[in-house]
Amino acid sequence: MTSALGSAPTGQDHRARPIPTRAHRRRWARAAGTGWLYVLPALVMYAVFVLRPLALTVQYSLYDWNGIGVARWAGLDNYVTVFTDSDLLKIISNAIILIVFFSLVPVALGLLVASLVRRITTGAFGTVVRTILFLPQVIPLVAAGIAWSWLLSTNGLVNQVLRALGLGGVARAWLGDFDTALPAVGVIGAWVLLGLCTILLVTGMSKIDPALYEAARLDGAGPVREFLAVTLPSLRQEIGVCLTVTIIAALASFDIVYISTSGGPGLQTTVPGLEIYRLAFSQRQVGLASALAVVLMLLVLAFVLPIQRLTRGEKP
Amino acid sequence: MAELLTKLPRRRAVILAPLLAIGLAATACSAPGADRSSTAGPDAAVKTDLGTAPIKLEMYAETGFPLAKALADEFSKQYPNVTFAIREDQFTVIVENAPRVMASDNAPDIIRLPTMVDLVKDDLLKNLDPYVTAYGWDKFPASQLVQLRVGENTRGTGSLYGMGLGYSVTGVFYNKKLASQVGMTQPPATVAEFEQLLAKAKTGGVQPIMQFNKNTAGINFPHQALQNQFGDPAQVADWIFQKPGATFDTPAALKATQSIQKWAQAGYFPKDANALDYAGMVGQFQKGNGLFMFNGDWESANLDKAMPGNVGFFLFPAETAGGRHVAMSAPNTFGVSAKAKNPDAAAYFLNWVHTDAKAREIAVTVGGSSPGGPSDLPVPAAAPNTVLAETLKAAQQLGAENGAVDFTANATGGIFAAAITPEMQKLVAGQQTPEGYVKAVQAEYAKELSR
Repeated sequence: MTSALGSAPTGQDHRARPIPTRAHRRRWARAAGTGWLYVLPALVMYAVFVLRPLALTVQYSLYDWNGIGVARWAGLDNYVTVFTDSDLLKIISNAIILIVFFSLVPVALGLLVASLVRRITTGAFGTVVRTILFLPQVIPLVAAGIAWSWLLSTNGLVNQVLRALGLGGVARAWLGDFDTALPAVGVIGAWVLLGLCTILLVTGMSKIDPALYEAARLDGAGPVREFLAVTLPSLRQEIGVCLTVTIIAALASFDIVYISTSGGPGLQTTVPGLEIYRLAFSQRQVGLASALAVVLMLLVLAFVLPIQRLTRGEKP
Repeated sequence: MAELLTKLPRRRAVILAPLLAIGLAATACSAPGADRSSTAGPDAAVKTDLGTAPIKLEMYAETGFPLAKALADEFSKQYPNVTFAIREDQFTVIVENAPRVMASDNAPDIIRLPTMVDLVKDDLLKNLDPYVTAYGWDKFPASQLVQLRVGENTRGTGSLYGMGLGYSVTGVFYNKKLASQVGMTQPPATVAEFEQLLAKAKTGGVQPIMQFNKNTAGINFPHQALQNQFGDPAQVADWIFQKPGATFDTPAALKATQSIQKWAQAGYFPKDANALDYAGMVGQFQKGNGLFMFNGDWESANLDKAMPGNVGFFLFPAETAGGRHVAMSAPNTFGVSAKAKNPDAAAYFLNWVHTDAKAREIAVTVGGSSPGGPSDLPVPAAAPNTVLAETLKAAQQLGAENGAVDFTANATGGIFAAAITPEMQKLVAGQQTPEGYVKAVQAEYAKELSR
């Protein structure tokens, strides 16, 4: 507040007056009030569509409620269920496994691809490359899910290619097989998120001072050393953003899973987002669904806050 | 809260406080959900004529079920003062929406229903008992409406809460060309004969059963078909109707599960069944990629169109030759909202569906299923040499043998999604034992009933 309003020492501006008078205070209050008036519409929307649902979810999570009838106070019972029900624990662990595919793979591959395409980011060709890389991000997840379930089906393109290569023994219903369903879903997510990560990282790389690379080369650094010593540290913030966005996408995944496997076979690919929806709307356990939603939110924060802290610092 | 506020700069706190208050207002109030004073109990007076004043009936029906609209159109033609506003959704969407839609101020008059017990418990469904006496529905065969009765937390007895827009029957569709290829000259008379045909098909390089198991467990169809034969079907019905003490953990269910495991291991189901959905199954069967398909008569008209003359149907055979047929058969249930604005007109429509000659014909030709109604009314004939004619005949036979049971998937609101589907997917993939399967299904059932 002070930096914005109090410390400017110039001119006859009222803000420069050292001792606040009554009139000053009134004027200050009016100015601040006007400011808040400007943001009020947004704040009201935020309160109605974010804060209120959040508070309601927390409230529902403490009740045993079918969504229509009378709710029964349940205390922390729903949370106890979330942390003791073996099915729900498996569902949460599925989401954590998906982080590898939705987050680590796209960021690692994105770094690789970004390093390769860094030099061709300008000109018409660069635009084409960026567009192609970013395309999966533009396609609705539902469409991506449908397209990929065709590719991965028993007679889909993936298996056709495998059979053509003489690897027919490996061919299977990738999304229907207990061992491959979760990784197959992960591949879809990696495909969707790779473009986003690559574009973010390419943009980050374009901001790195070329002098740094020159200096590294003069010191005798090869491409790998250059990457580790210059590129990677300079991209700390971008990597942080990538990890944050993709981890949230992994933990809160719904569309891709719903379309490609519906959580099956068994519970192999069921994720919290899908289970919350099912519990609330088909099994009508609004309380348990809300508790799982709150746990999911805390889980996201538990993963994302440390990353924010680690990557937000000043660039070295 | 106070501590939180002191830690924030004061002015920010001043602004945040009302925001938090808005949020907390919700939590500070009472428990969610309205306290509904019971309005159940049949109303005394009902009207059985439509009058001449304009009436607009709100109907909430199922996408891909053209019968409802066809009947509504014909009804409006016969009774011009009645018009319909029809909203359609996928059945699974109706299942999810029904309670909220019926609790709203715009509750539909007529609605396609999922399982009914919860809706009755929440006072969302109209008790149709007054209309039973007014229209003489008590003269319908009792087995026709038994699934639509709800008593004290159980189904199968008590007051009537729904009627069927057609009554469906399930069984086995077969590809006639492939059948003659494996030497099947007539439908199997016993379960053992059926299994011999499966084995013959397998060795002959024909996919024995085309069945889906993705999204929802399509293999529950053959499972219950077996379970119905291996024990007293009344036991199955009791479990579905939530009779106290009923259990899924029975020798019949176990034996059925063991057979399904055996069939899966023998490759009688498609290898990718867990990745095959309903539409995929029907498509594959129509393409000739499968000798048998467990399904219901709602698909008859469609199959007649896609593979004319090449598709047959039989009720799943009993364990011993000449035994009584038992098959899943259920009304396409429609009910009347407790908050309906025109309940009398809705009931009039439901009665008309069962008794008007033209309506009964539409039920057969458009819906592909038996129209139900009093047993002295003739069932309209379907075109000869169609599978539709075969399923209609099967429905009458099943009615005569009193062998209709509901679907185990309808036992509770969550049993299909929460237990049967994932456990069946595990079973056919060799990740679950038959013993484990029946125990897991029963455990989920007990859990849901305890709520």
